[in-house]
Amino acid sequence: MSTESLQFHRDADRLTHDLRHRGLIQKALGGYYTKRDEQKAKYTDWQMARISAAAAKFEAVNHLDKYLVELTEKLEARGTKVFWAADGNEAADYIASVARNAGVKRIIKSKTMTGEEIHLGQALEKAGCEVVESDLGEFIVQLREEPPYHIVFPSMHLTRGEINATFEKKLGSAPADTPEELTMIARNVMRQKYCEADMGISGANFAVAETGHISITENEGNARLSTTLPKLLVSLVGIEKVIPKLDDLALLLPMLATAGAAQNMTCYNTLLGGPRQPGETDGPQEFHVVLLDNRRTALLADAEQRDALHCIRCGACLNVCPIFKNIGGHSYGTTYQGPIGSVITPHLRGLQSWKHLSFSSSLCGACSEACPVKIDLHHHLLQNRRNAIAQKPVWWEKPIFAGFAWFMRRPALYRFAAPLLRIGAPVLHAIRGKIFDPARMWTGTRDLPPAPPQSFKEYWRKRHAKR
Amino acid sequence: MPSDSRDKILRRIREALAVKAPACHLAHGGSPAAGHAPTDWLPPVPTSPDGRVALFEKNSADLKTGVRHCADAAAVASELAALARENAWKSVASHNFSLGSSAVQSMGLPVIFTDRGYETSALERCDAGISGCACLVAQTGGIMVTAASAGGRALSVLPPHHVVIASRSQLVGNLADAFAHLRESHKEIPAFVSFITGPSRTGDIERILVLGAHGPKKLTVLLVA
Amino acid sequence: MKVTLFIPCFIDQYYPGAGIGMVKILEKLGHEVQYPETQTCCGQPAFNSGYWDEARAVAETMLDAFRDAEVVVGVSGSCGAMLKVFYPELFRGRTREADARALAEKTHEFSSFLVNVLGVGDLGASFPAKATFHDGCHGLRELGIRREPRELLKHVRGLELVEMAEAATCCGFGGTFSVKFPEISTAMGEVKCASILETGAELVISNDSSCLMQIQGLFDRQGNKIRSMHTAEVLANF
Repeated sequence: MSTESLQFHRDADRLTHDLRHRGLIQKALGGYYTKRDEQKAKYTDWQMARISAAAAKFEAVNHLDKYLVELTEKLEARGTKVFWAADGNEAADYIASVARNAGVKRIIKSKTMTGEEIHLGQALEKAGCEVVESDLGEFIVQLREEPPYHIVFPSMHLTRGEINATFEKKLGSAPADTPEELTMIARNVMRQKYCEADMGISGANFAVAETGHISITENEGNARLSTTLPKLLVSLVGIEKVIPKLDDLALLLPMLATAGAAQNMTCYNTLLGGPRQPGETDGPQEFHVVLLDNRRTALLADAEQRDALHCIRCGACLNVCPIFKNIGGHSYGTTYQGPIGSVITPHLRGLQSWKHLSFSSSLCGACSEACPVKIDLHHHLLQNRRNAIAQKPVWWEKPIFAGFAWFMRRPALYRFAAPLLRIGAPVLHAIRGKIFDPARMWTGTRDLPPAPPQSFKEYWRKRHAKR
Repeated sequence: MPSDSRDKILRRIREALAVKAPACHLAHGGSPAAGHAPTDWLPPVPTSPDGRVALFEKNSADLKTGVRHCADAAAVASELAALARENAWKSVASHNFSLGSSAVQSMGLPVIFTDRGYETSALERCDAGISGCACLVAQTGGIMVTAASAGGRALSVLPPHHVVIASRSQLVGNLADAFAHLRESHKEIPAFVSFITGPSRTGDIERILVLGAHGPKKLTVLLVA
Repeated sequence: MKVTLFIPCFIDQYYPGAGIGMVKILEKLGHEVQYPETQTCCGQPAFNSGYWDEARAVAETMLDAFRDAEVVVGVSGSCGAMLKVFYPELFRGRTREADARALAEKTHEFSSFLVNVLGVGDLGASFPAKATFHDGCHGLRELGIRREPRELLKHVRGLELVEMAEAATCCGFGGTFSVKFPEISTAMGEVKCASILETGAELVISNDSSCLMQIQGLFDRQGNKIRSMHTAEVLANF
């Protein structure tokens, strides 16, 4: 077991016993389910919409070189500086050097999971910059020195009381007990930060090749402000974010809103194609777009799972995943949680160290059903398992499954299983849950069913003996 | 500046794409139906102008965007004055646009005109930003702005109350229509385009909706006949 | 029709009643049932654990057992999905791919077979009880089965079927998942059991006995008297 896997088991064990957490998450998501279904029902045909959205991403990802080149040309034509980063270090180093060269001291950041992925905040702080997360949920977890809990709702796991305690402690704010008051505290802090920041950093939800724009979706307006007020703007964009045509957004933006937050349309959807242009009186004077690989090309090379790059980071799969809801976002121990995280993390960070995320699923398929771009998520989990075992079978499992296969290929032997089970069952029942119970992984928390008086094979034989 | 990895990444991509991926989203009988635009699958939008106005109003109500109808320029001026009184505005920001300029002047309040260049701190102190827009979108109840149509990039998001003055003829059906409008009215898609769908909001605290997270807490549309 | 029965290994060993119920129903409908005794296990435990070579070795036994069958009907959503959805995948590019596709083509889950192939609704069954239905994930999402069991159960005299809020939420069994990640599996099972309790039902019915093993196992440990039965067992009461 990798250290990551051991930590995962520990965290999952703790969270699954935390009934307060379980109730909190169920409550948080309850309203989402109802509204999401209402919203989906308004579509002329949600399933056809999914197919169309998937087709647009399929085209983009399977001609990724062409569209990235087109995107770059169009961005550069408006004065944007485009930097292609092979990995997280290259991206972070470039952004740090941009900041250094411009004498940047204060950075305001809007939500970017890609930024989390490459630990951009830490790299810039090491370079001597103050980095403030402007998204409310990200701001809260930043103050608490925690990673985001969910790719769309970073502070979903916190109560207002906990958030108030954090604000009182870290901001010295007056006690507040409503979400409204707490939000206003953050708003007031942030307003100064927007106005004073030397540099803004954003991510992107999409990047339109045809017209040379990045597209940012948000509800709060913090990305609008972070990408407008500072003189210098850097946007970090995973290469898989590119889409072929502007019109693709006409479908993808509403679907992102519906699947991700049960909304008709997210509050702000902004296209940025360049720095302040001639004739404009505001906006950043300098705009950099950093295109990030960081092993996305490795996932691209796995043709069977390439569609995992279609992900629009809506979070719908997290919202429906019973594993996510019970273990919580932090247990994953990595940037991308939930089903999509369980699929891509072994590719991005190492199969053997992270395969446990692909194994810790009952393969219920709710994720694939929820995905607005039809990624075959739960089947990819199966494929990761197969790949992990093919690369390196688990030493004690291999003989067990070899034995299983040997036994199951011998129906003549198999028919003795039932009588053996009937003999063994009362013994198992007597020692259930104890340390020496071979079935204790089950019987620790659940009873085993009683062995029936006859197996189906025995019943069938008797039937034929009678006839 | 460090040189980048463009060639390395493109090489990796081309090597990866040498193997074809199955179009699994098209499995199980799925195929993007011929003769249909992807946007056909979105919630339907009425074709009549009145129908679209009604949809825009319904969506606005859900979003808590205020919508006020104005028969003419005089009505715009009086609605704007009413808003100034109701919200106790002391100073506002705006820009030069045909639907709004005279009404904004007639309020008699100090105005910052963002299209003449401005200090961020001054804009930050304004109680309201009054702008035009590129178009209104019925399907979402939203407003599309560009720098030229809405006084720059910050006017429509920094002041705590955003007022949009638009004419009914600016109302289009869905986002595809909005993009078509951009193409028709510009040689090139502008460097800044934003869809604004309601006042700023967040659900980050216990998934409870709060308006006015960072952007405007109030959004009002004055719809001119 | 000559119907060949597919009896998954744990139905054979732990829940033969589901298989026996299926036999009774098919014979009542006038069909001849056959049961190739050489069938053992569909191979899913090895498949889900990533040991596809071993799973294939086991699956070959099934390909052989059902080679001459006209139509194969099984009483499990999850094992049904293994044959119908995953065998073609498991044998893709292998010598027996055609056999696997042929078996997938002619395999049906039991409630789907009754409703969609035979067109039956009312089997003349009666079973007075207040019950709720649990949708096993493989049956629901791999095989698209949701309407069919409810269609059959609505004709059962005396049976009051109430829907639970979390009917389509995974019970947490997931095969080897239940013992590899017992803490997560148990938490998921607790959520499912709580949803069942909320309905006030005395009986939980499902097309998947493996799910019922999880649910009943938790109820038994809790000391709860709620019972569980396979759809076929309920329907066979005529």
